[in-house]
Amino acid sequence: MKVALFVTCLADVFFPDVGKSVVQVLESQGVEVVFPPDQTCCGQVTFNSGYWEDSKKSAKHFIEVFENEEYIIAPSGSCASMIRLHYPKLFEDEPNWKKRAEQVAERVYEFSEFLVHVLGLEQLQASFPAKATYHQSCHMGRGLGLINEPLQVLSKVEGLQIEPLPNQEDCCGFGGTFSVKMPEISVAMASEKIKHINESGADLVITSDLGCLMHIGGFAKRQGNGIRMLHVAEVLANQKG
Amino acid sequence: MSMPNQTFRTRVSEGLQDAYRRNVVGKVQDYFRAMRNNIFEELGNVEEWRERAAQIRSHTIENLDAYLEMFSENIQKNGGHVAFAADAAEANRYIQSVAKQHEVKTVVKSKSMVTEEIHLNGALEDIGVEVFETDLGEFIIQLDNDRPSHIVGPAMHKSKQQVAEIFSKKAGETLPADAQELGRFAREYLRDKFFRADMGITGCNFGVAESGSVVIVSNEGNVEMTSSLPRVHVVVMGMERLVPSWEELDVLISLLPRSATGQRTISYATAIHGPKRENDLDGPEEWHVVIVDNGRSKLLGTKYQQALNCIRCGNCSNVCPVYRHIGGHAYGGVYNGPIGAVITPLMENLPEWKELAFASSLCGACTEACPVKIPLHEYLIELRHDVTETSEDTWSERMVAHLFGTATAHPSLYEMGQKAARLPFLSSAAGPMKAWQENRDLPEPAKQTFRDWWRQHKGGER
Repeated sequence: MKVALFVTCLADVFFPDVGKSVVQVLESQGVEVVFPPDQTCCGQVTFNSGYWEDSKKSAKHFIEVFENEEYIIAPSGSCASMIRLHYPKLFEDEPNWKKRAEQVAERVYEFSEFLVHVLGLEQLQASFPAKATYHQSCHMGRGLGLINEPLQVLSKVEGLQIEPLPNQEDCCGFGGTFSVKMPEISVAMASEKIKHINESGADLVITSDLGCLMHIGGFAKRQGNGIRMLHVAEVLANQKG
Repeated sequence: MSMPNQTFRTRVSEGLQDAYRRNVVGKVQDYFRAMRNNIFEELGNVEEWRERAAQIRSHTIENLDAYLEMFSENIQKNGGHVAFAADAAEANRYIQSVAKQHEVKTVVKSKSMVTEEIHLNGALEDIGVEVFETDLGEFIIQLDNDRPSHIVGPAMHKSKQQVAEIFSKKAGETLPADAQELGRFAREYLRDKFFRADMGITGCNFGVAESGSVVIVSNEGNVEMTSSLPRVHVVVMGMERLVPSWEELDVLISLLPRSATGQRTISYATAIHGPKRENDLDGPEEWHVVIVDNGRSKLLGTKYQQALNCIRCGNCSNVCPVYRHIGGHAYGGVYNGPIGAVITPLMENLPEWKELAFASSLCGACTEACPVKIPLHEYLIELRHDVTETSEDTWSERMVAHLFGTATAHPSLYEMGQKAARLPFLSSAAGPMKAWQENRDLPEPAKQTFRDWWRQHKGGER
């Protein structure tokens, strides 16, 4: 089986280890990974800010780069939901592009979704002794309806104990440009998220979205709170022994 | 509805600084969340209920003209008067004229956000009429010259101590901060007003088109007194507040209290079918129903039409993390929370209220919680799009968006941009990410991007 990796802009620039981990996990499952080099960004930032014409430019480019791939894997619930839920809507007035957008939308998978629903992942050579909690990001949970999938794959990691996160469905306050435009509200939300993380008793937070990771982690760091944050793929890539 | 004399930023920052309110809103949200989930599960298939409710509302709104006609014809058959008001001024003029005609000195009011929206109290006071709010929350707000902060719990932001102070001023003696005692004071104070009032004014949760009836749900019992004791009863309702028949009402009335307060049912559901009839012992001699447009019809036939499905349960506020931290006053309009952020700009005007659309992280909790399935967070994205299409003062942001769009369509430009992300300017405390970094650390860009790593390690493999 061959899959194309859409690494996403945040992973590419800030968290390349996440991309590497995705490649490692997929390859360990016998999947061939390709990386279309012309890929850029899915266009979510401009879409959510209201600049749909600019977002269309990004979306058209994405479609051109990825439309011949059978499986497109993104280590991000938020980018996958942009492509799956919003691309077809963006091109409502352009029937030809709408059709192409719908085809791409059907082929995009968030990382844990692919592992569970396409690969039917049974076993992993992963070990991660830690008391962790899982932050369910909004686009991943409410947008794509992927709530149990990350927990399912994480349950196959040896030594990993997952503690429930109080008010787990609450947004962390990232929201892309929301965190730039409404910093006070965004920070208030992050602060409450940290409180709940502390209450969970976990010393590691695992998530499927790098936006949330950057936001919660960035706030925790400023507060001098040593919360450790990792993407699901990074935990799965930690080999036994 | 009018914009208070403060900027959105000021209102947000005041909201954030109100520690008492933040605490209480958080607790109420947590309580409602638990209650609502349990109470909803009892219904069985929640999604089916929501779907049915959404269909009822959408069908009614799609055929609103026909149902409004049926509703008003039936009211008249029952001996009531109907008035259609295009805006606040028209509605107020009509109610003033009814008050003058009946030489009204005192009005008691209950359960109406629309009258808040059209500033009816002020209009009545202008012609020398005394107005008394009789819902406990509204009563507190009125005595304190404040504004409601939640659709269902208008005085949610006030503590028992604050209420005791407000009531003590009115009572002319010090009242204890005790719920029983404060309730007793309000009850005694208002009972006198009920008996004295010449006119009662209420809102309307649902108008039943097939019978021309008005249905109001409440927990305090004051709706009954407001609508039956005074000589004249005036109902003020938004034009979208209809259901075709009692069968559909049944579905919506099952969802309203469950969504609003996590109650299985509500203490009172008052159905009013007209003025006092010949052999009735009680009831008003004259019954008026004022159907208010005031910007609602601007939504008809647009992509935002479903916002008119709203049954004013306030559940979107009960789950909204932004509302949780900034409170209801920050929204500026009469309708707060996610539904307020959607309908205030649409019913009034977008440029003046454009910031509301951006006061959301688009987490989707509101859409998930809405019992009539209004796509609230999707509407906020649509509104943002409308803002960029119509607004003229976002030039620098617009340029960044254009540059970004162009760069993402050209991989080499995009990679140049990625390199630029490493420039100290962008991440410096003076750069565009300044606000981000006031309370958060931005991660350092990695020494080697993923694509560079791929080229180096997997080069040639594509």
